[in-house]
Amino acid sequence: MVRVEFLGPIQKEPLEIDIKNLNELATILQDDSDMQEWLQNSAVAVNDTLVSSREHPLHDGDKIVLLPPVCGG
Amino acid sequence: MLYLYDGALDVPTILKEWYEQEDKSNYGAYIPFIGTIRDEDGIDGLSFDVYEPILTSWFEAWQNKAKQKGAIIKMAHSRGDVMLHESSYIAAVFSPKRRVALEFIDEFVEDFKASAPIWKYDLRDGERIYAKDRSTAIKGSGLLA
Repeated sequence: MVRVEFLGPIQKEPLEIDIKNLNELATILQDDSDMQEWLQNSAVAVNDTLVSSREHPLHDGDKIVLLPPVCGG
Repeated sequence: MLYLYDGALDVPTILKEWYEQEDKSNYGAYIPFIGTIRDEDGIDGLSFDVYEPILTSWFEAWQNKAKQKGAIIKMAHSRGDVMLHESSYIAAVFSPKRRVALEFIDEFVEDFKASAPIWKYDLRDGERIYAKDRSTAIKGSGLLA
């Protein structure tokens, strides 16, 4: 089981799901109407490290966060 | 060092503290950048969400880059609401010579705007509205699209 959190302005409760990689997460979120405006412009981190491949393996207890466009300062 | 505060930054206190932390460290230059909320577009203020774990690792990577040039960086940022003419952001570079600090503060603040996991909202009539059109997608975004 992994936990998926949605940061900043993405108004969505965390998910607890049983998936093995980010391809599976992409499939789930692409079917979620709440996520359509965010998938194209959000970065992904696994255990607080940004990742660049959907093949990134996931393990039980991993935390995934989605980071929408930022603007500090 | 990275400092996060709830609400507006106390600019004179922070600048003085940072100065006193380093006044015997033999740095020749102390160059601060202070970001202030401007009265524009009818906003009452701004509000910020901060994701601290990734902000901390991003900041540590910059601190390591600074160290290679004999410099250090300090940064303070607000969480929550900050009203007009208050400050939400201070960054400062200390370095042996001014040229390194001047260049470094520019590079650091640009990358901060593009990469630091902080989300900005306009405050208008008691509402908190995501500043989407002023925000930048982090490099590598769209992985799940």
